[in-house]
Amino acid sequence: MSDNGHTKGKAAGLVDLKRQDFVTDQEVRWCPGCGDYSILAQTQKTLPDLKIPRENFVFVSGIGCSSRFPYYVNTYGFHSIHGRAPAVATGVKAARPELSVWVITGDGDALSIGGNHFMHAVRRNLDVNIVLFNNRIYGLTKGQYSPTSEFGKKTKSTPQGSIDYPINPLCIALANEATFVARSIDVDVKHLNAVLTQAAHHKGVSFVEVFQNCNIFNDGAFKHFTEREHREDRTINLEHGKPMIFGKDRNKGIRLNGLKLEVVTLGGSITEADLLVHDVHASEPNLAYMLARMDYPEFPVPVGVFRAVAKPTYDELMEAQVQDSISRMGPGNLEKLLNSGDTWVVE
Amino acid sequence: MPVVDTEKRTDKEFVEIENVTIRFAGDSGDGMQLTGTQFTNTSAILGNDISTLPDFPAEIRAPAGSLPGVSGFQVNFSSRDIRTPGDEPNVLVAMNPAALKVNLPDLEMGGILIINSDSFADLNLKKAGYERNPLEDGSLSAYRVISIPLTELNLNALKELGLGKKEADRCKNFFALGMMYWLYDRPLEPTLKWIQSKFQKNPLILEANIRALRAGYNYADTTELFTTHYRVRKANLAPGKYRNITGNEATALGFIAASQIAKRPLFYASYPITPASDILHELSRHKNFGIKTFQAEDEIAAITAAIGASFAGHLGLTGTSGPGVALKSEAIGLAVMTELPVVIANIQRGGPSTGLPTKTEQADLLQAMFGRNGECPAAIVAPATPADCFNMAFEAFRIATMFMTPVFYLSDGYLGNGSEPWKIPKSGELPRIEINFRTDPDGFHPYLRDEATLARPWAIPGTPGLEHRIGGLEKQHISGNVSYHPENHEFMVRLRAEKIARIANFIPEVEVFGKPEGKILVVSWGGTYGAVTSAVEIMQRRGKSVSSIHLRYLNPLPRNLGEVLSKFEKILVPELNLGQLQLLLRARYLVDAIGLNKVKGLPFKISEVVAKLEELV
Repeated sequence: MSDNGHTKGKAAGLVDLKRQDFVTDQEVRWCPGCGDYSILAQTQKTLPDLKIPRENFVFVSGIGCSSRFPYYVNTYGFHSIHGRAPAVATGVKAARPELSVWVITGDGDALSIGGNHFMHAVRRNLDVNIVLFNNRIYGLTKGQYSPTSEFGKKTKSTPQGSIDYPINPLCIALANEATFVARSIDVDVKHLNAVLTQAAHHKGVSFVEVFQNCNIFNDGAFKHFTEREHREDRTINLEHGKPMIFGKDRNKGIRLNGLKLEVVTLGGSITEADLLVHDVHASEPNLAYMLARMDYPEFPVPVGVFRAVAKPTYDELMEAQVQDSISRMGPGNLEKLLNSGDTWVVE
Repeated sequence: MPVVDTEKRTDKEFVEIENVTIRFAGDSGDGMQLTGTQFTNTSAILGNDISTLPDFPAEIRAPAGSLPGVSGFQVNFSSRDIRTPGDEPNVLVAMNPAALKVNLPDLEMGGILIINSDSFADLNLKKAGYERNPLEDGSLSAYRVISIPLTELNLNALKELGLGKKEADRCKNFFALGMMYWLYDRPLEPTLKWIQSKFQKNPLILEANIRALRAGYNYADTTELFTTHYRVRKANLAPGKYRNITGNEATALGFIAASQIAKRPLFYASYPITPASDILHELSRHKNFGIKTFQAEDEIAAITAAIGASFAGHLGLTGTSGPGVALKSEAIGLAVMTELPVVIANIQRGGPSTGLPTKTEQADLLQAMFGRNGECPAAIVAPATPADCFNMAFEAFRIATMFMTPVFYLSDGYLGNGSEPWKIPKSGELPRIEINFRTDPDGFHPYLRDEATLARPWAIPGTPGLEHRIGGLEKQHISGNVSYHPENHEFMVRLRAEKIARIANFIPEVEVFGKPEGKILVVSWGGTYGAVTSAVEIMQRRGKSVSSIHLRYLNPLPRNLGEVLSKFEKILVPELNLGQLQLLLRARYLVDAIGLNKVKGLPFKISEVVAKLEELV
């Protein structure tokens, strides 16, 4: 998996922080049993390992249950307006590339009202970490369907079932050539921690979708593949450089057959050599896109890192243009600027 | 190549005049804006006072020869101090029948009409809706018509160069410009210099434009059509160094100056929109000042990125026009709630909706005042003239950073695209902008208050010990924690209002032009300054009891305004809207303010204001 040795906002000196340093005095107000608690805990656990001074973190969020997140993380935080967190974060990061900037968002926030900003932050390869809590429901407004809700879903606003086809967040990110794309699950805390850590180390935009259970309005949305007894058979953890094998007995795999993926069972004529070997660094996102589209029951639900490639970031390119202008034209001289162009003197 | 030899000119008579208004008009592809701009710059360098009014269609190239495709540029130049682009052109240069049809009604009776007769062929006449050729039917007899086969003369002048006909024809605006330079005794050098630098990489086009310009000049000098040329002496401007500047350029420079004086980088986030895009173009050329420009994916991203940059300690700025402000409204509320300094530059245009993108209007004042959910006060400043855009752009950031508040900067298309001589300020003499980020963790709370300004501390990421969270939810006084407490909410709503009100203690009082009491007080704001002040001056010369004030601060209003208003019997408020400042003044001061309202996408004429004053006095 990917780590190009980069950690945003890293200080020169030693930084020794603990999880507790990232906990605020604010009472956490999510519903008891909400998946958000797990993501908060894993993030607070990840942050000290990055060796970044606490004051160099900025958490930016939009609106929704997930977007209350910054209030609970003892760093700089900005709870902005619905859907606009990626744009606020663009301002923060473009102005101050040395900061470690995180965007906390939800399926409605990022993909419905804020779809445009999400798309553009990703395609610009802004060096921020975007964590999307996908619970496939509108929780804060008490239970309407979201852009990731399954077709036909019955909710308060869709008593006859939703007639919207759902969006796959990973596909949106990949279509915009995200340089880091990953997925994890709230209940798989070790995996979640590992994915968040890799996302934080990636230079460029890091997009992480976390399947998050809303136990009030959409309880069990991911249960069919996240429950312990099925998890190994119904999910596949993508690992760089390894063949795509899954299942309790490690006897099933993913094979590319023509232009399609298929699940095969190892044994007989089918060996590991027939399986796809995961390559997060593949320059073309096509295969990652196909993997992202795999879904239960035809396929195991893929988790892990789909893509991790290097590309110059928006914030560094912007900074480079400033530096280039200074070296070409010299540092700005106000007196000279005001007096530029054709001037004349009135005696 | 024909050369202008100033020694060997024909001996035509010179007549001295004080003031001339010329309008150049042609197809939107004819280069009329460029022609007008060149004439303006040359006149400015020559020392005239100038004021301009570009007037062009929203379409880049409407069908050639059609009425909607007409583009015009009016320039008023004078040996006197002038404030407007002139009520009526004295000279109209019409490059085709459509340009004549659209602009003739504005030409003064007996005015000079210079016409490209080559374009008055059947097809063009038909496109312009002329049933008969106006050059032949006597309908122009009230004007001094100078009909010139300009297309042909220009092509002849360039024929040795071997250019294609189309390319050669594109130089005819410079032929016309050359003629006008002769007619008003202007030097060719500034434009020659401009051509040299503009077409550096294309020697043939460079040569063609130079020849066209000189040919036009020489033609005017030798032709029997012109018997007289005119001189407009230098204006008696205040001593100092000057340059010609458009409002949008001055706006950009004002923001850069604020950033330099405040010693904080400028972060400009904007989505392209007419007539504000020039500010984005200008600022993106000056990145060596540490400026970052962000062309956002939409208007909302532009304002929210500016807010993010401001949270991070930069001078967050967004620029747009009315429709863009409508989209930014929710985010401006966020800036009010989080009390971050951000400047919203609205270069107003005709509305509502898409409205009249290239025409001017002042109808966004109430949008700036009230166009948000909740009790959501923001400061508002507005420049009076193109050059004043520099001062008020600077002032917007002085207020924003001093009070930790969003500030609206309300310019308009007329100010933004118009130009005038600007007395260049000394950078050392600009007002101070003091920015003191909070760094001391001891006793820090994000919503502590400065006693005088009520501003909260600006504590930026990267500062150890000041980690804190802000957001759009109501804040508890001092601690800044989320609070839904009823008493706290009312307290905070009143506190935010009080903070804006206190700005009045830190802005100048309004000054009366004329006697401090009397019959009529005219109250203007924004780009109406020129026409209103000139009209009031005329009335005063006629011995009428008329004074005026001009408001550059719209929220809060200057602290002496109520008292000034109370000294007059009648209050007249001329506005390019249906009475927005009028409404505010009536509500705030209980005065029977009368409106003079115009919403034609065009600025006031001096005569329109004079007529209203004569009616009232």
